[in-house]
Amino acid sequence: MMKTALSLSVLAALALGTASAQTTIKIATISPLSGGQSNLGTQIRNGVQLAVNEYAAQFKKAGFNLQLVPYDDQADPATGTAAARKIAADNQILAVVGTLNSGVAIPASAALAPSNLVMISPANTANQVTDRGLANMNRIVARDDSQGPAGANFIMNNLKAKKVYVLNDKTAYGEGLAAEVEKALKAKGVTISGSEGTEEKSDFSSIVAKIKLTKPDAIYFGGIYNQIGVFIKQLRGAGIDTPVVGGDGLDSSELPVIIGKAGANNVYYTTVAAPLEALPAAKTFAANFQKTFNTPAQGFGAFGYDAAKVTLQGILDAARANGGKAPSRKQVMDTIRKGTYKGLLSGEVSFNSVGDRKAATLYVIKIKDGKAALETSLSVKPPKN
Amino acid sequence: MELSVLLPFIVNVIVGGLVLGFVYAIIALGYTMVYGVLQLINFAHSEVFITGAVVGFEIFRVLQDSAMNGYLKLLLALLAAMTVSGLLNVLIERLAYRPLRGAPRLVPLITAIGVSLILQDVLRFLEGLQGRFDLTYTLPTGFGNKFCATDSTCAPVGNFLRTIGVDVQLKDVILVVVALVSLLVLNYVVNRTRLGKAIRAVSQDRVTAGLMGIDSNRMISATFLIGGSLGGVSGVLFGMKFGTVNAYSGFDPGIIAFTAAVLGGIGSIPGAVLGGLLLGVIQNLIGVMNIFGNLLGFANLGTIDASYSKIGPFIVLVLILIFKPTGLLGKSNVEKV
Repeated sequence: MMKTALSLSVLAALALGTASAQTTIKIATISPLSGGQSNLGTQIRNGVQLAVNEYAAQFKKAGFNLQLVPYDDQADPATGTAAARKIAADNQILAVVGTLNSGVAIPASAALAPSNLVMISPANTANQVTDRGLANMNRIVARDDSQGPAGANFIMNNLKAKKVYVLNDKTAYGEGLAAEVEKALKAKGVTISGSEGTEEKSDFSSIVAKIKLTKPDAIYFGGIYNQIGVFIKQLRGAGIDTPVVGGDGLDSSELPVIIGKAGANNVYYTTVAAPLEALPAAKTFAANFQKTFNTPAQGFGAFGYDAAKVTLQGILDAARANGGKAPSRKQVMDTIRKGTYKGLLSGEVSFNSVGDRKAATLYVIKIKDGKAALETSLSVKPPKN
Repeated sequence: MELSVLLPFIVNVIVGGLVLGFVYAIIALGYTMVYGVLQLINFAHSEVFITGAVVGFEIFRVLQDSAMNGYLKLLLALLAAMTVSGLLNVLIERLAYRPLRGAPRLVPLITAIGVSLILQDVLRFLEGLQGRFDLTYTLPTGFGNKFCATDSTCAPVGNFLRTIGVDVQLKDVILVVVALVSLLVLNYVVNRTRLGKAIRAVSQDRVTAGLMGIDSNRMISATFLIGGSLGGVSGVLFGMKFGTVNAYSGFDPGIIAFTAAVLGGIGSIPGAVLGGLLLGVIQNLIGVMNIFGNLLGFANLGTIDASYSKIGPFIVLVLILIFKPTGLLGKSNVEKV
């Protein structure tokens, strides 16, 4: 009896103590901070840190002490999932921004789901990330299955092609992307003058001969830059200047190097990570980023920043709805899914029933004289609403 | 589709196949020479050949901005590649094959594969140090020009090609010329010189040749030197043709050239050339099979596209091994008691 009374009073004292002091609210990031992809993962962490710095004053006014806890996933699913479990065990963490790799996001979000811990992704594009319909998984970038139709639309509307040759690299990524493009083109009555897959890395002579024979207006190649670069080099060498279009597998500064100066023209690709010049409000962001971290901001830094602003605004909204007290994880999760967020670098964000952004943007980059520049941006909608 | 469009297309594919075939032929010579002398399949030859391609790349890269004549640059690249690949091949023989000369046949074969893997990673490491992986050939300007496409006073061959609508780039012509010259030189060395006579003697019977006063180890080294230099030449030609190489791109052409050597009759020099040319053409024809399928209305042919082109050589190999195991120009080895 004595013992119970004692513990009760201790509990009461503790409760009073936390009520009088500022409540600590934490958000976490999961991204690769070491290893081969740490450059991109650190961009995400830094983008989030910048948003946390900006929101700290607002949180203080509302009576909360805001903190960021970054976790390293090394681009590895197992490491990322372990980080997610640690995050779930820390009750002060109300939301997670992450990850870079879809392969990490899928198991990590599943590990966070039982504790209703919301995750907002600044980078994951695989369809499966949101197709599982988890209540806690949201993303602010476009899905893979919108890249195909976007590429097809660009080919039809901007390049005005009537006849297209479709190639893929026979991987899940390239084949899927090329199939989506072909489907979308066929639906609009564009002729497919050839469609094939090839794992070849150096000798494209028979394909080039066929392209020469069938004279397509455009070529779509679903694959990765090191293969497509060699193909384009040989295509241009054979005197064919037909535009070549691809997906974000071409998004590498190595591409023009492989093609060589003479042929690095008339190449286009769709990508989710915007060049900063494409984001309207990015100028101040880029300057702040440079000042704070002493390194230039890139696309994923901007998307990390945006994802963090969605998260922090969501937590503030949930707290307001909760009468000024710290909201529960479930309250934060539900508020974020329902909310609309304005004033972001990448425009307005609101989520559909499975956590896809209702109107996301894909960027089409053009390579001209070996330099990549923004050609156009396309608004894309997820399959569900 | 009318014949007037299709005919140049077919000629183009065959010409392209022949050009590719010359690259295979020169690589195949490297396999066939070593096999002829040692009955050993030097599986490291694909890396010896890629080493030549890398050396060629480095020469072209260093000379990129110099005002040196383009052909002189090519000559330098070829000489450097021949030297490095030739010496490398001699070194491989000395370190990895000679100590195992008496061992069962399987043993040097496994060592060869091991050497091949080691060389791949050494090459990747060396280029990786400078932050490179895919090495892009910067050929002298003009090498990419269409052969005679603009010049009206060109040679009869150029006129003929232009009439039938075949385009050949200058670099393809250079490639074939270099390949033919190396073939002639090789032929001369093997058949007309004392060195060639000694190599042939060793290949026929090492022990008896030794009794006649021929230093068989030295002749084997010479064979590896020649085979390796040919590998260097083919590496530079390969880089010129496809524009890009990396440490791992030797595998496919290496194994196809090996097939070419077997197809022609391993150990036979004209056989290797014939095999290389045949496989180049077969590979390119299979790569465009779907066009014929679509034209002639065979739906099944329509699904045979470029991804199958490299299966062609191996089907041919299997057929040859079944029906003429010695290869097209190979001599059967009658066991004498």
